[in-house]
Amino acid sequence: MAEASDLDVAYIARLARLNLSEEETRLFQKQLGDVLTYAAKLGEVDVSHVEAAAHAIPVFNVFRDDDPRDWFTAEEALSNAPHQANRLFIVTKVVE
Amino acid sequence: MSTADLAALTIAEVQSLLRRRAVSASEVLEALRARIEEIDPKLGAYLSLDFEDAARQAELVDVDLPLGGVPVAIKDVINVAGQPCTCGSKILGNYHAPYDATVIRKLRAAGAIPFGKTNMDEFAMGSSTENSSVKPTRNPWDLSRVPGGSSGGSAAAVAADAAFGALGTDTGGSIRQPAALSGLVGLKPSYGRVSRFGLVAFASSLDQVGPLAKTVRDAAIIMNVIAGHDSSDTTSLNEPVPDYTANLGRDLRGLRLGLPKEYMIEGIDPQVKAAIEEAVNQLHALGAEIVDVSLPHTDYGIAVYYFLATAEASANLARFDGVRYGHRADHPRDLLDHYGRTRAEGFGQEVKRRIILGTYVLSSGYYDAYYLRAQKVRELIRQDFAKAFENVDAIVSPTSPVPAFKLGERTADPLQMYLADIFTNTGNLAGICGISVPCGFARIDNVRLPIGLQLMGKALDEARIFQIAHAYEQSTDWHKAKPPI
Repeated sequence: MAEASDLDVAYIARLARLNLSEEETRLFQKQLGDVLTYAAKLGEVDVSHVEAAAHAIPVFNVFRDDDPRDWFTAEEALSNAPHQANRLFIVTKVVE
Repeated sequence: MSTADLAALTIAEVQSLLRRRAVSASEVLEALRARIEEIDPKLGAYLSLDFEDAARQAELVDVDLPLGGVPVAIKDVINVAGQPCTCGSKILGNYHAPYDATVIRKLRAAGAIPFGKTNMDEFAMGSSTENSSVKPTRNPWDLSRVPGGSSGGSAAAVAADAAFGALGTDTGGSIRQPAALSGLVGLKPSYGRVSRFGLVAFASSLDQVGPLAKTVRDAAIIMNVIAGHDSSDTTSLNEPVPDYTANLGRDLRGLRLGLPKEYMIEGIDPQVKAAIEEAVNQLHALGAEIVDVSLPHTDYGIAVYYFLATAEASANLARFDGVRYGHRADHPRDLLDHYGRTRAEGFGQEVKRRIILGTYVLSSGYYDAYYLRAQKVRELIRQDFAKAFENVDAIVSPTSPVPAFKLGERTADPLQMYLADIFTNTGNLAGICGISVPCGFARIDNVRLPIGLQLMGKALDEARIFQIAHAYEQSTDWHKAKPPI
């Protein structure tokens, strides 16, 4: 197991696209350090012959018939938009 | 019958009055509205109410349908068309659901009336409902204490007769633990038993929707309506749904119940321990055979859960980017500023903490050590249960190691709060079903606080744990007690 001290909250926050205040960064560094220390016990378990379980009840290749059905109108899809105009979502500029 | 008396009835009792035309669906709804107006200012169980639309539904409803004319409260993480769906978060503060979740569609088809949305820990992350960005919810048994969480609004409402029954969601104990702390019945169905289409996702390999109710029979009646396959949810199991009320009333002779030795940990409140021992004696007296079982990887449950649940949450919550819905920060400089500030302003502290932990355990260099290893230990936990269920029909434990705690008592230490789920979250990891049923009271500061007994069953064996819970419930008076509010 990696050491808890490897956790760099400021770096992870950038990966998560989540601005944190200095106070939050300091607080999470301490609290999540405690959680990682507690969770270090997972390192004791012999998992060399175990296959990882992504789901408790595995189901595979789930398809339904490819039938068209009614879904949102443009108005409904836009009904919660923070910014919209001309039946379009207005987004923050992505290209110069 | 006075309106207060009407609101205090179980779903089965209300149905019987409705079907005899002794009351109308409108009178039932009106009685509930009066009770909510009287009591909810003290509780804070509801985030939004829509009695105008509900009154229209009550006038038209066919009371002979399976839930005809019964108002059902809905945790604010499930989409109900036209109503707010905030998940207790500022980031969805102005969000209105444009469609019905499958469970809501099924409830409506069965004649139930979704009239209001209940408070919760933000995005279902918490065990006390204190992480709601709107307000805390208080426990009807003691207003200075939490109702449990994350489905604490649903629990407080049903416990205080401000709902006949409710839907909650359970990712690590969020139905069963508030049911226990509020003196109710709460079922976490097996993974895949109930559709999650229209549920705002927290941890997709763990989340399930289920009922909180005043009695086992009421919970079974709700499950009869919401269970079953849904082609809109790829994790939904295409298996027949039995009548969950069919086994109620059958005795326990010939059944074997397992007591996991690993659950008798330090840190269980002595009054909780005594109540569980008493309940086990009662189950034995009812004809069940009690045997010891071992779930050797129990001690790793919390660690596995917090790695997997936060990893999945960090991915699921990436959708809250302020583009198509939800809060958006003002005047972003560029796209990074847009994302970073939108999410900083929209999410509360516990959600931020979990996004950071989840992003970390999935990040390059740590994935194998944390996420993959946790998935492997999860498989061992699943095997523990599979092995135990070769010898027993159900497993008995406390639902929560402690009764309801005080508001603010655990908020400063996230790890202590996480440990509240110690007896419940392995059930989510293993995908099995579990029910909490009232089994007594602790007396603290001269106040009575409910204790819950958990019965866990194998995947898709809900009918069996309903049968056992019902037999126990009907042999005791615990479910008849009402909070002093």
